[in-house]
Amino acid sequence: MSLLTTFKLAIRALWRNKVRTLLTMIGIVFGIGAVIAMVSSGQGAQLAVKQVFQSMGTNVLIVTNQSMRGGGPSTGGGGGASLTWEDLTALQAEEIPTIKWMAPVLDSRTQVVSEEANWNTRVYGTNATWFKIRNWEAAEGTLLDEDTGNSNAKVTVIGKTVATQLFGTASPIGQTIRVNGQPYEVIGVLTAKGQGPMGDNDDAMVIPVKTFQQKIDRGIAKYFRGQLLVSMTRDDAAEQTMAKISSILRDRHKLDGSQEDDFRIRNPAEWAKAQQDSTERIATLLAIVAAVSLLIGGIGVMNIMLVSVIERTREIGIRMAVGAKPLDVMTQFLVEAIVLAAVGGALGVALGYGAAHYMAGYFGWPMIFPAKTAAIAFAVSGGVGVGFGLYPAIRASRLDPITALRYET
Amino acid sequence: MTTPLIEMRAIERTYVMGDNLVHALRGVDLTIDKGSSIAIMGTSGSGKSTMMNIMGCLDQPTKGSYLLNGKDVSRLSRSQLADVRGRMIGFVFQSFNLLSRTSALENVEMPLMYQGVSSADRHKRARQALERVNLAGREHHHTNQLSGGQQQRVAIARALVTEAPVIMADEPTGNLDSKTSFEVMAILQGLVDEGKTVILVTHEADIAAYASRVVTLRDGLIIEDRQQTPVKAGEVAA
Ligand SMILES: Nc1ncnc2c1ncn2[C@@H]1O[C@H](COP(=O)(O)OP(=O)(O)O)[C@@H](O)[C@H]1O
Ligand SMILES: [Mg+2]
Repeated sequence: MSLLTTFKLAIRALWRNKVRTLLTMIGIVFGIGAVIAMVSSGQGAQLAVKQVFQSMGTNVLIVTNQSMRGGGPSTGGGGGASLTWEDLTALQAEEIPTIKWMAPVLDSRTQVVSEEANWNTRVYGTNATWFKIRNWEAAEGTLLDEDTGNSNAKVTVIGKTVATQLFGTASPIGQTIRVNGQPYEVIGVLTAKGQGPMGDNDDAMVIPVKTFQQKIDRGIAKYFRGQLLVSMTRDDAAEQTMAKISSILRDRHKLDGSQEDDFRIRNPAEWAKAQQDSTERIATLLAIVAAVSLLIGGIGVMNIMLVSVIERTREIGIRMAVGAKPLDVMTQFLVEAIVLAAVGGALGVALGYGAAHYMAGYFGWPMIFPAKTAAIAFAVSGGVGVGFGLYPAIRASRLDPITALRYET
Repeated sequence: MTTPLIEMRAIERTYVMGDNLVHALRGVDLTIDKGSSIAIMGTSGSGKSTMMNIMGCLDQPTKGSYLLNGKDVSRLSRSQLADVRGRMIGFVFQSFNLLSRTSALENVEMPLMYQGVSSADRHKRARQALERVNLAGREHHHTNQLSGGQQQRVAIARALVTEAPVIMADEPTGNLDSKTSFEVMAILQGLVDEGKTVILVTHEADIAAYASRVVTLRDGLIIEDRQQTPVKAGEVAA
């Protein structure tokens, strides 16, 4: 019998038992679906972590007060601050060889107003080096430079989101934004960076740090309630640099050996690496779970095929009586198992894609369709069909025609 | 002299049932010529079906030699036997043995599939076979939607479709009422007139009456073998 005929026959036989066909396929569908969804999500999560890490700038350390959370508002009273502006000046003066740049960052979430609109955004007070550390260019106009960055000029560089919200499609350059009643002239718009660890990177308005102190913090204070971004010259200098900064600050704060640090130095690269490692481990674990469920799906196929062979004993007898050879019978059941597994595999790929898409949207990581994995999973499901369909098919082909014809259903 | 269609010499068939041996056939000699119609009679358990299964290459004898169309088939492989069945023999069973939830046409096409006949040819030949048993127009009925007589005619069409020279029918009227039995016998007799060999297993004398030769079995042995003038079923059925 031709292979095409055998395929048609298999599809017709499976179609005749729709419910059972569907139930048999479920194991495969979910097995493959799980493989695709897990691999896709794992890769997406890893890429997301990597992107977060990259948007923060590489080789960066963050020095903050002990009690302050990173990115928290520097405005408002409350004790707990121990870092002083003098500490910053002292660190700068040390000229630590592994440090490339340093930038103090103050920030506050504030309402900002243009002629047309108003918007709630995060206002950063920093200087020219901040843009270098974050590797951020101007899409339009200019960035803060050495002069403006260290002055108390009321100028600002804004992110794409703020530009769109306040000025729509018009160019913001030369326009005025009011913050706390004070006018700021827009001198530049940053290139778009998209989503970052703290949300939309482009939802930002940058002003000189001195201006921030005077107009938003309302006065020059002794204590520094922000983040000091430190960029290093080399990837592997983190430990050494952290130790050096720590020893300078401990000295200045007169801490003895038994006292804990009253400041914090964080290394985002380390954190990103830890995140990446754990997502990798989870991905591996999930892949194993998926493989096991695929195996169980395969056993399900075998089980149903065995039942099917028994149920169709009489049919097998009839086919043999009219001239079906043992090989014909075996091929028929094997092809049925393969079609079952392959259709299940295809549905599984679709399901996995859907699930991965949903998860990517839900967790906000990029959607990656693992085409290679899908191809492998599909091939594996076909293999499962052959592997687990072979035994029932051989059983069917070994039936004796007389016994099969006498079989009562 | 032409080779006989069937030549059985000292055929024995023993079944093993646990520790017991069942001697279903205990040394049967039988020669059947091409184009004849023969009824195999006997009470239930006398070995009729066993004999037909061996003649039809569905089963192998425990002892003895069997030549089908001059060829020794008693030592063929399962695959070779399947091939011989497909080409030489059309079966008709008491319980019809059709595939349920499958159309009449597909049932009739089935033997041709295993001979590698193309789809278009299969359709054509299956339709013609169904016409020959007066079932034109019922091609797409599922077999479970047909009456017993109609189902048995589908089974006959399936036996005819390969143009096999031999039709073997094991109690073909066993599940039918007397009117439909006549119809089925009329068709089978028509096949003899066309030159086919029809071997009929039955335990009913009035069915055996349609054959020109009657062989009677008892306890696995032939006890009687006689020629007769067959009753014409066609006249009754028409
Ligand atoms: N597959 C089998 N296994 C064991 N015994 C069998 C088998 N087939 C038939 N027999 C026995 O062989 C004898 C002849 O059976 P069978 O040929 O079916 O008789 P008939 O068709 O004349 O009624 C019976 O005693 C029956 O029980
Ligand atoms: Mg019988």
